[in-house]
Amino acid sequence: MLELRGVCRSFGGLTALNEVSFSVATGAVTALIGPNGAGKTTLINCTTGSDRPDAGKVLLGGREITGLPAHRVAELGVARTFQNLRLFPRLSVLDNVLCGLTVVAGRSLLGALLRPPSLRNRERRLRLQAMTALDRFGLTALADWPVGALAYGDRKRVELARAVVSEPGLLLLDEPVAGLNATETAAVGAEIRRLRAQSYTVLLVEHDMELVMSVADRVVVLDGGRCIAQGTPDEVRRNPLVLEAYLGKTSLVA
Amino acid sequence: MTSKDKFLYFLYLHRTGLTVCALALALAIYPPLWGNPYLLGITNQIALYAIVVLGLNLFIGYAGQISLGHAAFFALGAYGSALLSGEAGVTPWLALALAVLATAAVALLVGIPTLRLHGHYLAMATLGFNLVIYLVLLQWDQMTGGPSGYAGIRPLALGSFAFTSDLRLHYLVWGVTLLCLTLALNLVRSGVGRGLAAVAGDEVAAAACGVDTRAAKVKVFVLSAAFAALAGGLYAHGFGFVSPETFGIFASVDFVAMVVVGGLGSVWGSLFGVMLLTCLPQWIDRFESYKEIIHGAILVGVLMFLPQGLVTGLVDLARVRLARWKARHA
Repeated sequence: MLELRGVCRSFGGLTALNEVSFSVATGAVTALIGPNGAGKTTLINCTTGSDRPDAGKVLLGGREITGLPAHRVAELGVARTFQNLRLFPRLSVLDNVLCGLTVVAGRSLLGALLRPPSLRNRERRLRLQAMTALDRFGLTALADWPVGALAYGDRKRVELARAVVSEPGLLLLDEPVAGLNATETAAVGAEIRRLRAQSYTVLLVEHDMELVMSVADRVVVLDGGRCIAQGTPDEVRRNPLVLEAYLGKTSLVA
Repeated sequence: MTSKDKFLYFLYLHRTGLTVCALALALAIYPPLWGNPYLLGITNQIALYAIVVLGLNLFIGYAGQISLGHAAFFALGAYGSALLSGEAGVTPWLALALAVLATAAVALLVGIPTLRLHGHYLAMATLGFNLVIYLVLLQWDQMTGGPSGYAGIRPLALGSFAFTSDLRLHYLVWGVTLLCLTLALNLVRSGVGRGLAAVAGDEVAAAACGVDTRAAKVKVFVLSAAFAALAGGLYAHGFGFVSPETFGIFASVDFVAMVVVGGLGSVWGSLFGVMLLTCLPQWIDRFESYKEIIHGAILVGVLMFLPQGLVTGLVDLARVRLARWKARHA
């Protein structure tokens, strides 16, 4: 589905990504792990058009999308969540989720001004679709709340609902359980397993190893901007390079 | 579903359209019942300013940008339409349409470079644009009449029925205002409108949701300029006289104050803001000489205590309270 070929990105003298190549298989959950500062978020940003790589190629379904602006990437069916929640605080929960359907809502300003019956019907359909997504994440009771008034855990779920509502071809989750307690983490884990059961293609960036090992089909390990290992969770768990990156050299000796 | 439920559901489903219809009806029967020339003069002014503020609220309130230059677009519409009908001999209706289109084109040219700016920089750029237009109106006196203004603008007319009296103007300008109100309400209830609100909330997230943020900002800027130009044209043909001081930077600040008082991102709030700030000087004696100070004080006060604006701020508060109450009693 998604393929990265030799992607490089540096900020000034700091190399955030150095010749990173891997691919995300269709209908599977690929996890991207690595210590802090390994370049995971930069990689997501370069994939979704929030940032552009200095070199290398990003291909989506065989089509090159390197350097396309974020809204064009979104039109191709890529949805994402953000590490530090990026919601629209003044909009209601329902409207936030409806924003995830921007691509299908039509972009003609004139059409929106005149609101022909076709648009009216489409709006009702989208509203229904958004309510279904809210239901899925247990947010129905909060539909009318302004997002700014919600608790952190609820906001995380709103962001997930916003990303999932459009049934994207590729879903990028940037640390979906960061800051959640054990119960909430388990709930998100269950949700990701459900997405996998419905053959969504997911790229999951996460620190929580327990979650990664339980939901991922493949794991890609990034360290210092390089891709140091990839394989099934079990292979990666036993890889000495990975142990070194996570635990340091001494523990490898010990 | 009983017939009563059906009726209530019908009301709920068409609440926006029905409210606009009720307002239209009230405006249609108001002049014969209570109208006097003094009152009609004020309400006509409210209608004209409301058109500008509706457009400006889409730009400031929904898309989260700032413009201190909308009096310039108001001026371009007014002078453009006046000069086209007076000097070029075009019929007033056509002149009005051409002036609106030309102003939209100017807004597009100004908007593409300036809308890359944010916050204070955008405010300064639009303010500068307003000053340039104001100085042109003032200095180019063989065309615009300079500081003494441009008089004898032909009124808009349908055959021999000319919109000259306050009563006739009432129906014309309020008709146009209701049309603009409907367009604005349609826009904010669409995906494009949500996209604008998303841009105001978080540009990065909006782009990730598929909103072309730069194009969205330029589009709504052009739309708001076209609204302002339309109001300007109606003003010129309605009152038959235009002079530069109507279109200075303080007029722009007043428009922003109306948006803020009414409520950022509230279409109905815009009407309230215009009404309040247009009527205050009429209610309070000697307001006129301290107008700038009082408008400034209101602006600062609202922004300090209810940064979303008066109406939106109160509505937001009520919404949170209601949601909490519902959650407790569910």
